[in-house]
Amino acid sequence: MVRLVDVYKAYDNGTKALKGVTMRIDDGEFVFLIGPSGSGKSTVIKLLTSEIRPTEGKVLVNGFNVNTIRVSEIPMLRRTLGVIFQDFRLIENKSVYENVAFAMRVVGASHRDIKLRVPYVLDLVGLSHKARRRPFELSGGEQQRVAVARALINNPRVIIADEPTGNLDPERSLEIMMLLERINALGTTVLTVSHEKELVNRFKKRVVTIDNGKIVGDRQGGYYNV
Amino acid sequence: MKKRIHGGTGYFLTEGVRSIFVHGFMSFAAVGVIVACLIIMGSFTLLTVNINDMIVSLGQSNEIAAFVDEELSDAQALSVGSSINALANVRDSVFVSREQALQDFIERFGEEDRKLLEGYENKNLFRHRYQITLMDISQIDDTISTLEQLRGVAGVRADMKIAQGLVAVRGVVRVISLALIVVLLLVSVFIISNTIKLATFDRKEEIAIMRMVGATKAFIRWPFVVQGVLIGLIGSAAAFFIQWFLYERLAGSITGTGASGIISIEILSFSELLMPVAAVFTAVGFFVGVGGSLLTIRKFLKV
Ligand SMILES: Nc1ncnc2c1ncn2[C@@H]1O[C@H](COP(=O)(O)OP(=O)(O)OP(=O)(O)O)[C@@H](O)[C@H]1O
Ligand SMILES: [Mg+2]
Repeated sequence: MVRLVDVYKAYDNGTKALKGVTMRIDDGEFVFLIGPSGSGKSTVIKLLTSEIRPTEGKVLVNGFNVNTIRVSEIPMLRRTLGVIFQDFRLIENKSVYENVAFAMRVVGASHRDIKLRVPYVLDLVGLSHKARRRPFELSGGEQQRVAVARALINNPRVIIADEPTGNLDPERSLEIMMLLERINALGTTVLTVSHEKELVNRFKKRVVTIDNGKIVGDRQGGYYNV
Repeated sequence: MKKRIHGGTGYFLTEGVRSIFVHGFMSFAAVGVIVACLIIMGSFTLLTVNINDMIVSLGQSNEIAAFVDEELSDAQALSVGSSINALANVRDSVFVSREQALQDFIERFGEEDRKLLEGYENKNLFRHRYQITLMDISQIDDTISTLEQLRGVAGVRADMKIAQGLVAVRGVVRVISLALIVVLLLVSVFIISNTIKLATFDRKEEIAIMRMVGATKAFIRWPFVVQGVLIGLIGSAAAFFIQWFLYERLAGSITGTGASGIISIEILSFSELLMPVAAVFTAVGFFVGVGGSLLTIRKFLKV
């Protein structure tokens, strides 16, 4: 579960990115976070992953309090999340399989568990046949599916995606969103940032709109339903 | 939690080794610098050790002669020994009677030269004396003046210019070694720290990904510590064998030249020094590696 209560965030240079954001995402939800450039979407994501701390207000993520979390606990918080970025962030000199297995090794999984789980998740994202390829041998859509597999591999409670389709053509974007929808149907909470109105409208999910650091809309159904 | 540590060691090792090869040239340079540093340190230390050894053996073999006052009776002469032995810096003293001294002289120069002594046999040419060896040769001046003050001692003779020279040389070598060791240790730590810095820059993205998926600080840092330690240990192993080779060559040529014309130079054999040199080199390599990598990690791998 994710909760933000009256959250303010001012960056070191004085920029006020969030000005009193309150929102709540329950387990099992699928939520789009939309808003113009510079409105504070990525700031919300960074708060949830504990990359930054709120200036004021409360941020709770899967039982962790980001306000007071100890630095040594941050990895534990992140293990309950699967994070996806616009630019994929794969390791170039590792194969698809290794990129995904790596995330399991990092949290101390055994070889046996890795061998069982990686093929399963690669199958889920439809990349079993490209397990040995390197990222540069894949299309953007395929690379993002590797990133989705990596985000999923440790069975997170929440998937957080910051414009996962920003670098993809409409068709690949749809594929990724449908994949996230499927993952959500399997029980994982999904929060995804997006710019693309048509894409968002297509899914008829909950849409939270942020503008200039404030929540200006929170509706079930689509972009234009504000 | 247990599993993570267990599954980790292999990973840390392979990553540490891999990291060395990714920046092969830099790692090679770092190893080279450490080898050079260790050999310079080692050579100076071994020089000090050898000088020390010479001083000790000179102290044991070269003796001070304290001549007993002629006025004393034989019995009184013998009692002087106990006051000599009571001095702090005296290791050992042996009484040599004048008859014994004459005998020794004859033995040393042979019967033929006996005529040199003709006419002197009964004139007390030789005096009772004590042959004294010292604990610490560097304090010889103090000890001599104390001996001269002793009742019953008429005079002291010591011929220890060489030992005293060595003591002075040892002092200089010690200061130079110490300064060199400090500077070279700093250089070694610096070069390792730079190599590791390069490796962390190189893997910036990988590190960011590790953080994102929930790697602990320790997990992210370990491979770099391993890399630093490996570079240090490879350097110390190489330095050890090169030092060994150089030492044997040098020792061989010194004993070979018969430079022993003045004094017999006894070079310690490397086999006597094998264990301590190996231990010190390994320790230096290890700690320089840990120090260098920690220095970088603390600066560039916060969190
Ligand atoms: N590290 C930072 N330091 C200072 N200001 C920042 C920092 N990151 C973001 N900002 C500022 O905070 C505001 C919100 O930024 P944020 O990245 O959250 O926007 P966004 O909604 O994700 O925009 P976009 O759609 O372009 O990604 C912007 O004005 C931005 O310039
Ligand atoms: Mg953004």
